[in-house]
Order: sequence, then C-alpha cells, then structure tokens
Amino acid sequence: MNDDHRPDPDALLAAIRRDESRSKRGRLKVFLGMAAGVGKTYAMLQAAHERKTEGVDVVVGYVETHKRAETEALLAGLEIVPRQTLDYRETTLEEMNLDAVLARQPALALVDELAHTNVPGTRHVKRYQDVVELLEAGIDVYTTVNVQHFESRADTVRQITGVAVQERLPDSVLDLADEVELIDLSPQDLRKRLAEGKVYTPDKADAAAQNFFRVGNLTALREMALRLTAERVDHQLQDYMQVKRISGPWRSAERLMVAVGPSPYAESLIRWTRRMAYNLEAPWLAAYIKTSAGLSPQAEKQLAANLTLARSLGGEVVTTAGDDITEALVHLARQRNVTQMVVGKTQHPWLRNLLRGGSPTERLVRAAGDIDVAVVSGDAADSRPQPARAVLPIPQRHSTWRQYALAVLVVAVVTILDLLALPWLGYVAVGLTELFAVLLVAVYIGRGPALLAAFVSALSWNFLFIEPRLTFEISRTQDIFLLMLYFLIALFAGNLTARLKQQEQQARYNSERSLALYHLAHDAARAVDMDDVVRVAAGQIGEAFDAEVGVWLAVGSGRLSRDPHPGSTLTLDDREYPVALWAFDHSRPTGRDTDTLPLSRGRFYPLRTTGATVGVLGIHLRQDDGLSFEQGLLLETFVAQIALAVERELLDQAAERAAMVAESERLYTTLLNSISHELRTPITALSGIANTLAAPDSALNDDARRGLASDMQDAAARLNRLVENLLDMSRLDSGRLEVKRDWCDPCDLLGSAAGRLKQRLNGRPLTIACAPYLPLVAVDFVLIEQALVNLIDNACAYTPTGAPIRLGARLEPGTLALSVEDDGPGIPSDELARIFGKFYRIAGTAAGGTGLGLSIVEGIVSAHGGTVAAENAPGAGARFTIRLPLTGTPPQAKESDL
Amino acid sequence: MIDVPRILIIDDEIQIRRFLRFALEASDYRVYEADNGHEGLLSAAKIRPDLILLDLGLSDMTGHEVLSALREWTRTPIIILSVRDSDQDKVAALDGGADDYLTKPFSTDELLARIRAAMRHAQPEPDEPVLIFGTVQIDLARRLVTRSGEAVKLTPTEYALLKLMARHAGRVLTHQQILREVWGAEYLNETHYLRVYFAQLRHKLEDNPTLPSLLITEPGVGYRLHVD
Repeated sequence: MNDDHRPDPDALLAAIRRDESRSKRGRLKVFLGMAAGVGKTYAMLQAAHERKTEGVDVVVGYVETHKRAETEALLAGLEIVPRQTLDYRETTLEEMNLDAVLARQPALALVDELAHTNVPGTRHVKRYQDVVELLEAGIDVYTTVNVQHFESRADTVRQITGVAVQERLPDSVLDLADEVELIDLSPQDLRKRLAEGKVYTPDKADAAAQNFFRVGNLTALREMALRLTAERVDHQLQDYMQVKRISGPWRSAERLMVAVGPSPYAESLIRWTRRMAYNLEAPWLAAYIKTSAGLSPQAEKQLAANLTLARSLGGEVVTTAGDDITEALVHLARQRNVTQMVVGKTQHPWLRNLLRGGSPTERLVRAAGDIDVAVVSGDAADSRPQPARAVLPIPQRHSTWRQYALAVLVVAVVTILDLLALPWLGYVAVGLTELFAVLLVAVYIGRGPALLAAFVSALSWNFLFIEPRLTFEISRTQDIFLLMLYFLIALFAGNLTARLKQQEQQARYNSERSLALYHLAHDAARAVDMDDVVRVAAGQIGEAFDAEVGVWLAVGSGRLSRDPHPGSTLTLDDREYPVALWAFDHSRPTGRDTDTLPLSRGRFYPLRTTGATVGVLGIHLRQDDGLSFEQGLLLETFVAQIALAVERELLDQAAERAAMVAESERLYTTLLNSISHELRTPITALSGIANTLAAPDSALNDDARRGLASDMQDAAARLNRLVENLLDMSRLDSGRLEVKRDWCDPCDLLGSAAGRLKQRLNGRPLTIACAPYLPLVAVDFVLIEQALVNLIDNACAYTPTGAPIRLGARLEPGTLALSVEDDGPGIPSDELARIFGKFYRIAGTAAGGTGLGLSIVEGIVSAHGGTVAAENAPGAGARFTIRLPLTGTPPQAKESDL
Repeated sequence: MIDVPRILIIDDEIQIRRFLRFALEASDYRVYEADNGHEGLLSAAKIRPDLILLDLGLSDMTGHEVLSALREWTRTPIIILSVRDSDQDKVAALDGGADDYLTKPFSTDELLARIRAAMRHAQPEPDEPVLIFGTVQIDLARRLVTRSGEAVKLTPTEYALLKLMARHAGRVLTHQQILREVWGAEYLNETHYLRVYFAQLRHKLEDNPTLPSLLITEPGVGYRLHVD
C-alpha cells in the first residue's frame, strides 16, 4: 500500500515510457462501436475529412463501406492506396497493402475493422498487427472496431448472444490507443437503421434483426461498450493523476495468478483473470504446473493455445514442475508474491477426493493461507467435449501384440508347472502362483498384457484346478474372491508400472533437456570467438531439434548481415531472408507458428541482449509438424543462451578493442618520447659539430678535426640504426614482413652478421663456435642476419668496450640454436621476461637505444616459427638464444660435383 | 698519362651529389652531375663517362628504366646507389646489367673501392696468369691454387667458382649470376649449392672460416671476393 501521496515510481516510469514511445510512434484513434451499423466507418471518414481540410496528409489504407451509400459518398476526395489481391483457395481476396502504405508514408492512414483476420500469405495474421507496424513507422492511424471483438469480452458476448466471436483482438491493443471515440447509438435507432436497409441489404437485414440485432443483445453490447470506454477513461485519469502527483485512490499492490491446464475451459479462466487484473490494475501470471503424466498431442496443442492467449492478453506465463499441483501452485504463488489465485471449478470423482483429502480446490484453499483463491466456473469456449480423464492416467504407449503373446506364454508356463506341482501344492497355492504370474506380467510388461494374463489365469485356474476340474463351475466364495483379486492386482500393478514408466520417460526427457542445455551453456562458454559460438549453436540446436540452424548478426548499426555467420548450417533465399529481417527489425519471433509471416518455412528468433538486438537465429526443422509447448520453451531457452553467448562475445571484442586502443596509446606515447630523444641527440651533435667547423676563426688542429669527424660518423650511425629499427618494426607490425626462406649455412649467418658489425665491434674479441656438420636451415638469410646483428649490437651496448662476445651455432633436438653471449653484468632476473617488449628498456641503463632492437628480434624469429630466449649464463653475462625449427631436409649437392 | 676518369652522378638529392663530388674530386676524378633520369641519359650520351653512379630512386623515371636505357648502347660500368630495404631492387639491377651496388649510407672508402673495382673490369683484361688475394694465389695458367705457399686441393666445381669470383674481384655477383656461370642456366634455383660450396672454399682458403675476410656473403644478394 502506498501510504504517502508520492507517485508510484513504477507507474511513473511506465507512463513516461508510454509517452516516450508515443512521441516517436504514430497516434492511434479507435472508433469503438457496440455492433455493426452504428456508423463507425462513417464517423471515421468524417473525422478524416476534417483532418484533411486542416492540411493533414490522409490516405485510405483499407475502408469497407459494405455498399452503404452514405459511407461510399464520404470516400470521395480521399486518396486510396490500392489494395493487394491474394489468391486463396481458388478465390481472390483483397487486403490492405501494408508495404504500399508504409512506402507512401502518409501522416494519417485509415484502416477499417481492426479485428479482421488477414488472408494467409500476408505478413501478419491479424490486421491489428499491420496497424501496430504502421504506428511504429510513425504513421497515425484511425481505425474501427466493435466491442464484441475484444478477447476479454468474447465469453460474455457468446453467453449473451449465443454467437461465438471468431475474430478476436487482444485487449492490450486498446491500451495502445491514444484516443477512443465511442460511437453510441440507442438499440432502437440501430434497429431502425437496420430496417431502413442502411446496414445490410434487405434480405440479410431481416435475418440479422431476428438473431443478433435483438434489442436485448444490443442493450447488453451497448452497456459493454460504454463500460469498456469508461474503464479506459478511468485508467487514463489515474495515469494522469499519478504523473501529476495528484493525490488519488492509490491501488494496493495486487498480483493475480491463474492456474492454466491443457483444458479448453482455461481460456475463460484466463479472460476472467485478465479482466479482473485490468480493473485492479494488477499484474498477472498464468501458471502451468507440469506433472509427470504426459499429455496427448491434442492436449499439448490446447495448452500451447491457452498459454499463448495468456501471453497475448498481457499475462506473464510461468511454468514449473510438480506432481502435486496444489502444492506447486501455492509454492509458486508465494514465490511470486501473488495475492489472488484464480482456479477453475473441477469435477473430480468423490472417491478420489476422499482418498486425497478433499477436492483439489478444497485443498488449495486450505494450503493457500492468506492468499485469496477465486474459484471460477469453467466454461469451454467451444463445445468440443473434453476428453474424459481417467482416474489414473492412461499410459501413452500401447503394448504391442508381442507383449500380449509374452503374457499368455508366461501364464501358460506357470500353468504347466502348476499341473506338475498340483499333487504337492494343492489348488489354492496353485491359484496364488498364478496370481504371482499376473503380478509379474503387470510389473514387467504392462497393464494391458496383465489384464489378459489375469483373464487367462482365471480361466485356466478355474478350468484346470478348481473342483470340479475341467469345468468352469465355481462354488466357493473364497475362490471367486481370489479370481476378482486377479483383475484388481493386474489393474493396480499395471497402472503403477505404467505410471513409473511414464515418470521414468519424463525424467529421461528432463535430464536430456537439462543435459542439452548444459552442453550448450558449457560449449558456448568455452567458445573462443564468434564463429565458435555460432558453430556451437548450430550444432546443439541442430542436434536437439533435427534442424538446420543459421545465425545472422547485426553489422554496423542496426543492419542485419545478408549472409549467415560462418558456422551456420542454414542459408536463406531471397524470399525468406525478409522474414529474418523482420524478426531483427522488430525484435520479435517471426515465421512459422508465430503471428507474423506464419507461412514461411522457418522460424526466426531475435537474439536479444540487454542493450539491443544483436542478430537473428533461424531454424528449419527437417520434419516440421510444429513444435510442442515443451519444445518451444526449450528452443526459447536455447536462443536466450545463445544471445547471452553472443553478447559475451561482443563485449569481449569491445574490451579487446578498448585494450588495443589503450595499448597503442601507451606505445604511441613511449614511441614519441623515445624517438624524439633518440633523434634529437645525434641531431644536436651533428649540428653542433657543423657549427664548430663553420666558425670562421676556429683554430682546430688536425686531431680535433678528426675527433669531430669521428663524432659526426657516430651520430650518423646512430641515426641510421634508429631509422633501420623503425623501418624493421613497422614492417613487422604491418604484417608486410615476407619471410623468403632459402637454404642457409648457419655459420655463414653468424659470420655475415659479425662482418656487418666490424665497425661497431671496434676490435672487441669476437669468437664464433660452429658445431661441426651443421645442416643447412631454411630461413630468410637477411632477416635472421638482422636479428643476429641486433643481438650483437645489444651486447655491444651493454658491455664495456673491449669485453668479449661469443657467438655459437649448435644443434638441439629438432632445432638449430644460435646464441649470442657476453661477459657483461647480465639482465636483472625479474626483467628477463619483459625485455622483448616494444620500447622496453632496463631501468638505469646507459643512454641510447630505443628499446626496439630486441622486439624486432622477437618479431623476426617468431615469423620463422622459432623462439628467442634471454638468460644469464652461469659465470658470464647475458645469453640470448634464437631457436629455429629444422623443417624439411636440405637438398644434397650432387656427388659428381664434389 | 691517361685522361682523368670521368664519373657521372645521377641522383636527385643535391646533398648527395655535392658530397660525392667532394669525395671524388679529392680522389682525382672528374665529376658530372644529373638530377633526373632524362638529363642523366642525355649527359651519359654527351660526356661518355668512364663510370656512372645511379640512384635507384629518381623523380622522373625509375633507376631500372634508366639502367636498361643505358645498357642498350653502353657497357660503361654502372654502380647502383640504394637503401637497405630493397634487396630485390638490388638483385634486379645487378641482373639487369649494373656492375655493383652501394647501400646508403656508405663510407667514402667503400665508394672508392667499388669504383676502382668496377673500372678495373671495364678495362681490357690484361693477361695476368696469377691473381693474388692476401695469402691466396691463383695461377690460372696452371690451374693451381696456393694458400701461404701451400697447394690447396680444389674440386673442379670449387675451382670454377673461385675463378669466377677472382675474375670479378671486388664486385658483387648475384646468386643467379654465379649459378649460371658455374653450373648452368638450369640450376638457377639451387642456391643451396652456393651455401655448400662457399663453406667448403672458406674452409680451404680462409684463415678464420667462420669470420671470412676473402669470400664475403652479401645478404639477400650474392657473394663478393673482397680485395683490399
């Protein structure tokens, strides 16, 4: 209860959302009438003309004049979008051309008869869905509807008029309306119009007046229409009061729950609950308790229809499992804070009720405690008789003739044994052994065979064993009683077995289902990239449903890729792709078994994440005879799982991108700092020396000049090294590095690298230790030489002038190891792992160097599939080892040449 | 007294041309300059230089175009100036008729050594029966190779290889050129022959085979027999 007078935040949010979506959406005006002929279309056209004179761009999407002259006259002067014609069962029917209206983009479209059901083959099942699409496209819509078409009134209308309403409309459609205009006419006036032939042609008018258009009916319908409008006005007022903080009669937080089963009566329960919830302004749930007893295909269908109805009326569908329906319902109600439960009045055999401690309703009322329980009398929407449910459920699987034969065989064997054993046992004990045979058959084979076994046993026992033998005469009461026991035991034990089997089946199904979900979740969690996720989805769903599965992901902002993501097993032709696109654009399931484009071959589910729709999952069942409620539920769970995985993958990608941006920012900063320092130092030296040389009165002696010249050379060499390093790095980074493998002599590599650095080495002792008989290796000579040059250069930089450097080449299993070793201070052990990082320099080392040399080495070596490692050699300085895999056998030079 | 050798520099960088002019004039060469390919071709025809230094990166046409245009009518030695990255350019230029190449940046000493080597080959070969490279002597007439006075046993292929390198001493020879000369045109892809034979030659002729001073590898391009 809201004690204070603050607006309820939830209500406020809902109202704001409504306002927001309305500002983008077109406005809907509904002309509501109590029956045909009150002049809804006429009023709508009049209003349209008024708007047109105001300068509004009005088109007629669909208007049915029913050949009424006054109405037809009003159509004149309005632009009419041509209808589309559809061939349906050898006749040609006309429907509103939704796409043409959407393409025309008028400000206001007139769409008559909101409750109309479209011809199969159009995009939507119902015309109101067309209207919703128009509204979503920002087009205002005027429409007409009669009160009898609203779902929540359908039962009442049928009760009053005796006519079942075929074309029904969810009440929620009325909630979309921004304005509802009631076209009111007194029943007498309407009948007068009918008599004047203004509604129907005279021949039809008479019949109509006799049936539907009776004063009583019309009065009731009129009241209903007035009430519907009044309820709406009431709601609008309350919305207004809540938003504007006007203190008003705040409603308590009621929450309703209706128990729904696979019965046609449930429909009226659902409507009743919806009406009730609407009046209470309460949310409501439809609960289905799944028991271990299986459902017939027909019941499955009815259940799915019931739950769909609940959903279309705005209820939340909740399913839970439990064999004690009462207990499960109460548990669910408590869990969801339900204040009122709605159940149907059920007829159960008194015996069963007695055994279970009262009828289910009685037990529910007792268990519900403070939750109100409303018991509503069931009233089937159609007269189709509910298949009588046996006291004990009939097992779904029927026994085969083999099982019957086996049952008879068992009885026959036992009877033969009994014949042999009769002298010792006596006929009563024999009777008990036969009973045991019946029990065995009941437990291990089934109820039907058990009954047959009971029958055969009874006959054989009577005929063969009971005195007088070889007759069917029977006299003793206890024998008769025993015979009856045969059948009772067969029945009960058989039923017990049947139920156990069913439970086992259900348990197996449940475990299969959870296993499938587990596999999906598990595999999706392990997927390393989007392709993997899609492959997992296609694989798991494909297997579970025997189907082809495709996933289409959003590309850029709000566009769906035309091609399925790699890993999909389903591709779409140009006719079916728009179905997937619709599912994506409107974020609603589309295709077969849905309200939109139900004639398409596949089903398409939007992959919804918290933020947006990220794609569509499409599925083609190889044998499509519809999905059961269970399967639909499972598929939806799968889709939700996949959407989660896709979202996770997208988040991963985004995080990766962010990390890459951060890393490149860091590198960029380091690069700038490092490069600018490395560039400026030699440039400063060069320009300084040049100034000194250029000074007019310089009294430089030869030694000084030579010294300066050597400094200039050093500065230039340093600049050159930097430029080469940068070029190498950029080639490595851009991926343009091409490894041109050729057979190379490892010793030649070391010698060539050392030769290139002759100047840099400046007389340092350098030794090359080449193991004998090294094979040729297939590497890029230039690149590996460069890597070695960098390593030697690095050793020069970190050791004192004159310190020795040792190069080595030797074979290790499967690899060639090239090493560069110095006698310097070595590398701090905690930095060993990081020195190959770009721009990484050991803190406190001498100036000069960009921190690029080693990462270039790493890049070159890994491009060859090799590794480079740094270590501190025992008793020496740092040792770098390049390990290159030995691939292929080097070709042999021809003997004759040697 | 023969004429002062004339050298034509075709390079579009004025700083490079000026530096080359200083260095070459100090070594008694007469220097001519051209700052683009067309001018270079015209000057070459007019001046008839004894050697051309050609930069591969020109503004109006590629160095390769200039090279092939020159090679249509002259056998004047041409030394290519290029940067390190373009091994393929170098090889193409060498295979297309250039005599040698220099990688920028290069030292003046290196430049002069290359010029001397290229010019030597341009002159009609004097019938010199014995070639001497440090401790190594090659007696072409007697097909005899000695190292520090001791005879070195070479296989026929090794000898052919050494003779080729010695005839072009100081100049780079590309893998393809060597393979064609020593083994024949059908062996152009068998570069591993070179690795094996150069290793063998180094073992037989070099003081320190792992750090050769005579038979030098030019990474990605070929080999050079080094002369001081």
